[in-house]
Amino acid sequence: MRIAIIDYGSGNTQSVKYALKRLGCESLLTSDKEVISTSDKVIFPGVGQASSAMSKLKFKGLDIFIPNLKQPVLGICLGMQLMCNFSEEGNTDCLKIFDSNVKRFKSTVKVPQIGWNTVFDLKTSLFDSINENEYMYLVHSYYVPLLATTVATSNYGINYSTAIKKNNFIGVQFHPEKSGSQGEVILKNFINN
Amino acid sequence: MLAKRIIPCLDIKDSRTVKGVNFVDLVDAGDPVELAKYYSANGADELVFLDINATKENRKTFAKLADEISQNINIPFTVGGGIKSVEDVDVLLKSGADKVSINSYAVKNPDFINQLATIFGTQCVVVAIDAKYVDNDWFVYLVGGRVKTDVSLFDWANEAEDRGAGEILFTSMDHDGTKNGFACQALEKLSQIVNIPIIASGGAGKIEHFNEVFKSGNIDAALAASVFHFNEIGIKHLKVELKNNNIPIRL
Repeated sequence: MRIAIIDYGSGNTQSVKYALKRLGCESLLTSDKEVISTSDKVIFPGVGQASSAMSKLKFKGLDIFIPNLKQPVLGICLGMQLMCNFSEEGNTDCLKIFDSNVKRFKSTVKVPQIGWNTVFDLKTSLFDSINENEYMYLVHSYYVPLLATTVATSNYGINYSTAIKKNNFIGVQFHPEKSGSQGEVILKNFINN
Repeated sequence: MLAKRIIPCLDIKDSRTVKGVNFVDLVDAGDPVELAKYYSANGADELVFLDINATKENRKTFAKLADEISQNINIPFTVGGGIKSVEDVDVLLKSGADKVSINSYAVKNPDFINQLATIFGTQCVVVAIDAKYVDNDWFVYLVGGRVKTDVSLFDWANEAEDRGAGEILFTSMDHDGTKNGFACQALEKLSQIVNIPIIASGGAGKIEHFNEVFKSGNIDAALAASVFHFNEIGIKHLKVELKNNNIPIRL
């Protein structure tokens, strides 16, 4: 099993690597297309700002490359948002894997949302052994609305997609690498399923 | 539903955890990595590490410590203390920190908040404010509480939010170390002024104090140090009690 973590200069990739290591799974932080496309699974992390992250992806030619990957790809946080059509954050055109826009939370709630929120309506094998309403760690100002491809929901003022899945692409808004033992179960499911 | 967070804070000096009472009289409270692992396994929602004698030489050691912590825990953590440049932040985030906390330097150089928010996103910028109630108002203090300013806590919090702070960590110097409870009134007012998460800090002594602070205003997290480090309050027990009081808590 070889897991590639896409390295495009968007913070905190190390935490994902360490989380996988704690599960006994070695991974490679890389932006090398050859290495990524020959890996068994790919993690597309991301923390930060959408437009600067897209610029970094474009600079490395990864914007065209990522949507064509054939193996399971897990987008985390900003990684999930970048897999959508367009983000209101910096009015950014994204990777267009999921047919949705990414919106900013309305100021009726505190923005950003920071902390542990529950996930429910869990629909895919990524959530095997995870109870409905389990807590996951989230930190974000923008969200993906509910879609036909939504496989987990959270509520913050409104119900929104906390996980989406289409073909080999899955995106999670929460950080499994920072969500304690239950987050580890999710990473294990991604590795094993 | 978003849960209220319980955050142990580890003050770090020369790679050891210490706790200041009213910011002086430091007492050794143990190895930070061991404490981090313990807290992470025992119900803490997040951890804060403050480098209380930050110097250039110490910066590298602290990044190394952040990396070690990140290898060992599976919950988010914030690091702070002496952060003065984009490079400082970049190194700490790359070492596995989720957020950075900035304090004195941001008061003197408010543009630094904008700069960090633009480059790294607002979600990783925590603005820490130490304040004291003097002559009927709350004033911001710098350099670990040693230097008074003429800046009002509420004005500064408001400005910090406008400039891109993602969270406010407010420590009441009047309450810190007293174990008589959090600065609930000031926190309540603060929560009406800003629309970003607020971490309450200073004054935790009993479980009841946590209950009070979450019931009095729209406070998102409560931070404490010695009551946790010396096991005067067990985090799991605290969280069960809070949940029994209908406060949304992750157990």
